[in-house]
Amino acid sequence: MILDRYFENAWAILGLKLGAILVLFLVAPIVVGYAEHKVLAHMQARLGPMEAGRFHGWAQLVADGVKFIQKEDIVPRAADRFVFTIAPVLVVVPVIMIFLVIPFGPGGWWGENMDLGLFYVMAISTVGVIGVLAAGWASANKFSLIGALRAAAQLIAYELPLVLAAAAVAMQAGSLSLVGIVEAQDHYWFVLPQIAGFALFVLASLAELSRPPFDMPVADSEIIFGHMTEYTGIKMAMFLLAEYAGVVALSGVATVMYLGGWHGFLVGWIPGPVWTFAKIGALAFFIIWLRATYPRMREDQLQKMAWKYMIPVALANILLTGVFKVVF
Amino acid sequence: MTGQEMAFLALGAIAAAGGVAVVTARNVVHGALFLVAVLAAIGALFLLLGAEFVGWVQILIYVGAIVVLLLFGLMLTKAPLGRGALDNQQRGIAAIVATGTFAMLTWLVWHAFGDERITFVRAVRTADIGNALFTSYVLPFEAVSVLLLAALVGAILLAKKD
Repeated sequence: MILDRYFENAWAILGLKLGAILVLFLVAPIVVGYAEHKVLAHMQARLGPMEAGRFHGWAQLVADGVKFIQKEDIVPRAADRFVFTIAPVLVVVPVIMIFLVIPFGPGGWWGENMDLGLFYVMAISTVGVIGVLAAGWASANKFSLIGALRAAAQLIAYELPLVLAAAAVAMQAGSLSLVGIVEAQDHYWFVLPQIAGFALFVLASLAELSRPPFDMPVADSEIIFGHMTEYTGIKMAMFLLAEYAGVVALSGVATVMYLGGWHGFLVGWIPGPVWTFAKIGALAFFIIWLRATYPRMREDQLQKMAWKYMIPVALANILLTGVFKVVF
Repeated sequence: MTGQEMAFLALGAIAAAGGVAVVTARNVVHGALFLVAVLAAIGALFLLLGAEFVGWVQILIYVGAIVVLLLFGLMLTKAPLGRGALDNQQRGIAAIVATGTFAMLTWLVWHAFGDERITFVRAVRTADIGNALFTSYVLPFEAVSVLLLAALVGAILLAKKD
C-alpha cells in the first residue's frame, strides 16, 4: 500500500481515499463531457466550444456547472415534492459507490479491495434505476413517466447479459475481487478469450446508462428528456453528472475486467495508473464515437436485442468459458 | 454495548420503521420507496453480521430487481401521477396475520439465540459458499433451479394465454 508508508492512522488513509474518490467522481465527468463536446463536434465537421477559458473552450463545462448552480430550482405544482427531491440523489450515490472498488494501479491504488468486488458493482449499478423511476413518477408528467418506464424495462432486459458476461470473467479469473481479476490477467488480457463477453458487457453497460444508441428512455424527439424533463438547475446537473460519471465508472469496470487493468504492453516504464486511465479514456472515446455513428434503436428492437440475442450469446459464452476452464 | 451492537440496533430500527411506513403509506409508490429503505437496511444487517455475499444478493435481487419490477408494474397500472390516496378494507385480517407472524418469528429467534450477544465475525469467504453449494448442497441447489425453471415456464404460459 502506497499510503501506508506515509500514514499510520487508518482513519487518515480512509479519509484520503474517500477524498480522492470524490475528487475523481467530480473531475472525470467534466473531462469526459468536454471530450464528448469536442469529439462529436469534430466528427460532425464543426468546432464545438471555443470561447470559455480561452484555449479551445476547455472551461465550457465549468461554466455550465456555474450556470446550473445559479438557475432557479423549479418543482412542478403537481409533483410529489419529497420524492422529486431525493430522486437525483438516488441516481448519483450508486455511481460514486462504484468508484470505491475500481483498482487503478497496483499496490493500493483503490478505495477498497472487496472479496466480491465484481458482485458489488453488479448489485450497486442496479440501484440507480429506482431513482430514475422515482424521478419519472414524481414529476407528474406523462413524458417523464414514459421515460422512466422505458428506463426500467431497459435495465431489466440488459441486467441479465451484463451479469452473465461478468460471471464468465469471474470464472476465467477464478476470483470475484476486482484486484484479483486484474492480477489474473498477468499473461494475457481477458478481452482475447472473452471477446464476446467484452462486446456484451460494453453494449449492456451502454443500455444501462441510456447512452446512444440505447437512449430510448430520454429520446428527445419523442418524450422531451424522459425522466429529466421537469428538472432544472442543480438537480438536472446531478442527473447529467451521474450519466458521465457512469460512463467513467463502467469503462473502469470494463477496463479491469477485460483490458488488463493496470497491465501495460510493449513499454514497461509507464506506471500502472496511467495505463488504467488511458484505457478508460479509450473506452469513453469509443462510447462517444457510437453516439456520433448510430441512430437510436426503437423500443421493440431494444428488447429483442437483449432477450433474443444477447442473453443466449451470454449463456453460450459461460458454457464455453466453463469448457475452457476444465480442458486447459 | 459494542459499536457493532449499536449499528445493529440502528439498522434494525430503520428496517422496522420503514416496514411500518410501507403499510401506513397512503400512496403505493411511497410504500415501494419505503420498501427500498427496509430491504437496504436488511442488506446492511447481513453485511454487519459477516454474511457479505447474502448482503449484496439482498441488494441485487430485492432492491435492484424486485422493487424495480414492483415499481414498474405499479406505474404501468395504478400508480396515480402526483398525490393519491390509497386504502384497504381488509385491515382486521391483515392485523391478525401480521401479529401472528410477528409472534412466531419472535418466539423462534428468542429460542434460537436467547441471550447470545453479537460477536465480531469474520466475513464468510465467497469461495467457501461456492464450494459448499456445489458439493454438500448440490442436490437442493439443483432442486431449486428446477423449481425456478418451472416458475419461468408457468409465467410464460400465463402471459401467452389470451
